[in-house]
Amino acid sequence: MGQHGKARWYSLALFFTGLWLPGPLFAEWTPLAEDGLHDPDNPALEVMQNPGDALSRLPRDDAGDVGNKVRWVQALEQGYIEPRTNIFPETKIEVLDLDIIMKHTGSTAYVRFPHKPHTEWLDCSNCHDKIFKMKAGETPLSMLAILSGEYCGRCHGAVAFPLVLCNRCHSVPPDTLENKVNQRQ
Amino acid sequence: MSERHAIPKRIRATALAMLLLGFFALPVFAEYGDVILNHRAEQEGMRPVIYPHWFHRIRFRCKVCHNELGFEMRAGANDITMADIIDGKFCGMCHNGQVAWSVENCDICHSGRKGLKTRIMGGHETGGPGRW
Ligand code: HEC
Ligand code: HEC
Ligand code: HEC
Ligand code: HEC
Ligand code: HEC
Ligand code: HEC
Repeated sequence: MGQHGKARWYSLALFFTGLWLPGPLFAEWTPLAEDGLHDPDNPALEVMQNPGDALSRLPRDDAGDVGNKVRWVQALEQGYIEPRTNIFPETKIEVLDLDIIMKHTGSTAYVRFPHKPHTEWLDCSNCHDKIFKMKAGETPLSMLAILSGEYCGRCHGAVAFPLVLCNRCHSVPPDTLENKVNQRQ
Repeated sequence: MSERHAIPKRIRATALAMLLLGFFALPVFAEYGDVILNHRAEQEGMRPVIYPHWFHRIRFRCKVCHNELGFEMRAGANDITMADIIDGKFCGMCHNGQVAWSVENCDICHSGRKGLKTRIMGGHETGGPGRW
């Protein structure tokens, strides 16, 4: 009897919390009217797009409920989206294909910073020399500063994929071939 | 009798707490990268502005706004007024009836709940434990 009563209360509680939790836990996009930010009484919501309508059609981030739940680099590379590079015809568009390996990572994997995907989205002047020096190893980077919103953390954790995805930056294990080659230089 | 009640009471309290939490918490599930702009809007009788990064980055690369158009990359750092926008600055560089619909659609930009503060959502203040 006691056991049954217990089970009943639990299942009731689970049922009701269940109604409320799936949004954040099962990684769907929240409609604007329910996101706690937009005023649900605003008549303009009817003409506005809900995030899920657009983002569900882009390559899904297999890391789950992080950021926009989208692999933006793939969305761009694979042609799912074609965001404009400029508004004024005279603006110079520069893309650079240069990886930088950063090795002051203690016991975690080294960091590979790829210029290619960054310069597809960003201009050199967004990073140089305001955030990073234009010489490998010259910027005093540290994880603490990054977590406080400096350096890589200016964008990662705000608009670009968030800092919980350690491996996406710390992607070069110290014992890989690529890294041994690099070490000799 | 008393033995039958001893355990369920604690369970019941837990269950009730879970229920109440479910009903009364007003969780914020804003899309990652949404920026709230509310330096003056609410004081002057308009809803706070919500700028969605996800929507714009499907159409424009970061460099368009943060290089060509000169938006500072810090929530709240651009001192945007409605007069500037109507003059064709900030949002008004596109929301001018040419690149995108023009300023008469007040409610599409001024779409936030009352009381929101200028900040970016999903950023360092909200993500992860404590400050991070
Ligand atoms: C946006 C990219 C990025 C992400 C995501 C990231 N890191 Fe880092 N991390 C760096 C960079 C850059 C450095 C500095 C490397 C250097 O100076 O050579 C660093 C350094 C470190 C260091 C070395 C010690 C220190 O304080 O500088 C540790 C440990 C570390 N990260 C752990 C983590 C963990 C754990 C996570 C996930 C929670 C993480 N990192 C996520 C980029 C990142
Ligand atoms: C997202 C930020 C970002 C953007 C955008 C960016 N860079 Fe960099 N760049 C870096 C970082 C980080 C480093 C490494 C700095 C360090 O190690 O101290 C770097 C280093 C460099 C270096 C030095 C390489 C070396 O081996 O010493 C050059 C040259 C460079 N960048 C050129 C460019 C050019 C040209 C552009 C535009 C086409 C550009 N960068 C755009 C972040 C960026
Ligand atoms: C000025 C903004 C900015 C800064 C600073 C920045 N990034 Fe990024 N980064 C981006 C954007 C935008 C993307 C595209 C993917 C996205 O939005 O999630 C990206 C993508 C990446 C990717 C590729 C992810 C993928 O899906 O393949 C890596 C790796 C990365 N960043 C590492 C770094 C590291 C390490 C640093 C610091 C040394 C850094 N970034 C600094 C904006 C930035
Ligand atoms: C259509 C214009 C537009 C585009 C495109 C755009 N942004 Fe922004 N961004 C803004 C505005 C507006 C703000 C808020 C500035 C303010 O509050 O003064 C902002 C703020 C930011 C901030 C500051 C967040 C903070 O923590 O304070 C970062 C970082 C940022 N953007 C990165 C990006 C990246 C990375 C991209 C490309 C993936 C991008 N933006 C594309 C308009 C744009
Ligand atoms: C393209 C987006 C956009 C549209 C459309 C728009 N606004 Fe704004 N408005 C803003 C932004 C951004 C601000 C600055 C928000 C802040 O920090 O207070 C602002 C600020 C304001 C303010 C605060 C005082 C001031 O002068 O800055 C008022 C009042 C205002 N808007 C009224 C209107 C009215 C009325 C309309 C329709 C005719 C309108 N806005 C349409 C984006 C917009
Ligand atoms: C680089 C050009 C550009 C800039 C700068 C810009 N926008 Fe937009 N915005 C657009 C375009 C294009 C659309 C889509 C128009 C359409 O659907 O016809 C749009 C749509 C929107 C929407 C509607 C999204 C929906 O769900 O339909 C909002 C809200 C918005 N912008 C707010 C702003 C605010 C606030 C600013 C300034 C902080 C701003 N925009 C700056 C180009 C821009």
